[in-house]
Amino acid sequence: MTPSDPSAAPADTLTDGPRRGRGRTPGRVRGGTPLPLLVPALVGLAFLLLPLVALLIRAPWRSLPDQLAKPEVWQALRLSLFSATAATAVSLVLGVPLAWLLARTRFPGRGLVRALVTLPLVLPPVVGGVALLLALGRNGVVGRLLDTWFGITLPFTTAGVVVAEAFVAMPFLVISVEGTLRAADPRYEEAAMTLGASRFTAFRRVTLPLIAPGIAAGSVLAWARALGEFGATITFAGNFPGRTQTMPLAVYLALQSDPDAAIALSLVLLLVSVAVLAGLRDRWMTAAS
Amino acid sequence: MTEAHEAHPARTAEPTDKDTAGDPTGTNTDVGPTGTDTTGDPTGTDTGLDARLVVRRGTFLLDVELAAAPGEVVALLGPNGAGKTTALRALAGLTPLSEGGRLRLDGAALDRTPPEARPVGVVFQDYLLFPHLSALDNVAFGPRCQGVPKAEARAQAAVWLERMGLAEFAGTRPRRLSGGQAQRVAVARALATRPRLLLLDEPLAALDARTRLDVRAQLRHHLADFEAVAVLVTHDPLDAMVLADRLVVVEDGRVVQEGGPSDIARRPRTDYIAQLVGLNLYRGEAEGHTVALEAGPAITTTERLDGPVFVAFPPGAVTLHRDRPTGSSARNLWQCRVAGLETHGDQIRVALTGELPLAADLTTVAAAELGLHAGAPVWATVKAAQTHAYPA
Repeated sequence: MTPSDPSAAPADTLTDGPRRGRGRTPGRVRGGTPLPLLVPALVGLAFLLLPLVALLIRAPWRSLPDQLAKPEVWQALRLSLFSATAATAVSLVLGVPLAWLLARTRFPGRGLVRALVTLPLVLPPVVGGVALLLALGRNGVVGRLLDTWFGITLPFTTAGVVVAEAFVAMPFLVISVEGTLRAADPRYEEAAMTLGASRFTAFRRVTLPLIAPGIAAGSVLAWARALGEFGATITFAGNFPGRTQTMPLAVYLALQSDPDAAIALSLVLLLVSVAVLAGLRDRWMTAAS
Repeated sequence: MTEAHEAHPARTAEPTDKDTAGDPTGTNTDVGPTGTDTTGDPTGTDTGLDARLVVRRGTFLLDVELAAAPGEVVALLGPNGAGKTTALRALAGLTPLSEGGRLRLDGAALDRTPPEARPVGVVFQDYLLFPHLSALDNVAFGPRCQGVPKAEARAQAAVWLERMGLAEFAGTRPRRLSGGQAQRVAVARALATRPRLLLLDEPLAALDARTRLDVRAQLRHHLADFEAVAVLVTHDPLDAMVLADRLVVVEDGRVVQEGGPSDIARRPRTDYIAQLVGLNLYRGEAEGHTVALEAGPAITTTERLDGPVFVAFPPGAVTLHRDRPTGSSARNLWQCRVAGLETHGDQIRVALTGELPLAADLTTVAAAELGLHAGAPVWATVKAAQTHAYPA
């Protein structure tokens, strides 16, 4: 039964099904995973789950209905859901064409552009917020023009929340859609063109439906990222209840004064996250596993 | 089929009996920008395809002259990597022509026309049916792009599917179609745009042997009905000879031979074609009945020729002997060595090296009696009457 003994292979493979395992090591290691892998794996699992378990243990289940009945909670949740959805919409409208540009066209400096697009992924969100202020703030490079020409000011408004969230979330969508586009066969677009479709028609009627799963997955990622956005939002849009105070900001603020309220709000966000995950798993994750 | 169409004096907007392929509904003769021939020369001299396909890519150069009359089916035949698919892409506008290239269809220059504006239909090798659309919507896609209203485009598509015998698969997604069905949908989709040039890239390569026979016969039928130019690319000589009126053999980016299927089969001019059609082919210098080969011995032929010639004979014309034959009337006698044996239909094909590399066909019995095996020395004879010499 030693792995190097070829004569052990037939008897062994018969139990696993005759066709499988040929050319692979005959005979699996019985008793499972080696300890040097198993121990860190279990510690890692506990590390990820423990905080969530703690949240559930310490939740003020008794006062929860009262906590959740507060109008501020629903105000923050509504604002969060609205701004995350709006940020995802902005990301879709701008991000899908950007992903197409990166995946399907060739232009000088494309590699650099792609690197810059992914920069917000690694940039600390607070820095993103500062940068947004400098660009779109009342005295910002572009913000000043927006103010004097159109009378539009973004900072400390709900629109500002959407801008901050889109800035942080859009790269997730672009990366996801670009990957799907690269994997999609560009010859379908060629086939569409030989049938008389312009490049845009080919994109709209052939490419877009083909990459729909990637767009959907990217949208969920972007939406989840926008929902949890904290740093850029508080820096660029501030923390005004009902206007710019999203759930994460409300959680942080509540933790200073009313920890039970913070836990209740956190539970709501956890619930939303689990719902998103469940939705993802049913539709797009199963194909990958 | 070529003759039949040459009888048409000029292409007119009026549909003739043979024009049914371009008009599945039988009621609508003018749909979209590519549906009708607005560029055709009324004198009839400027119809069909006239192209010089020049494409430079790195060190590879494709330079192929291609002309075809309406109704003609031309096959680009050649080994893999010869540039056939590049030629097809250039015709479709998916690969730009390099300097020196030229492309005219029915008198109109298409060199700079983008693919979507060319009256060209393409059947891709793996069909590229849009996976998210039903068979019907795949076929309706082209007419829709040409501005036909949705309901009408779908009605036209339904007629096309009907013609292809696929009416009951109208709502089926491509993934659920068999290879032969998908191929017919692809042909219908290409024809539904009423192209003036139909391109088929290895139209039968993706099919298994049994389906292939069926689909080939059907495709031949549809191509015979098609009133404009059809160009098909294949590396299968049988497909080319069954489907096409004329063969253009491309090797290494160049046309090496051009002609009717029977002419090419009888008088191959390169080893590639000789192998395809199963002939031994040699090039040499003729002087009367003797041809001195470029490499190797001389061959005695019945034809009396002078100058550079090709000599060809079928493997069945070769007789093998274990010992040097005495009193044989054959003038062509060579000492060879068996390089390999393989089954070829109900015969054994023997590859020989030595004085003259050649292929010989034997019955299984004869091969057994000779005790042939790789490396065995043999004598090969060929009667002069069974060789065929023609000017190079």
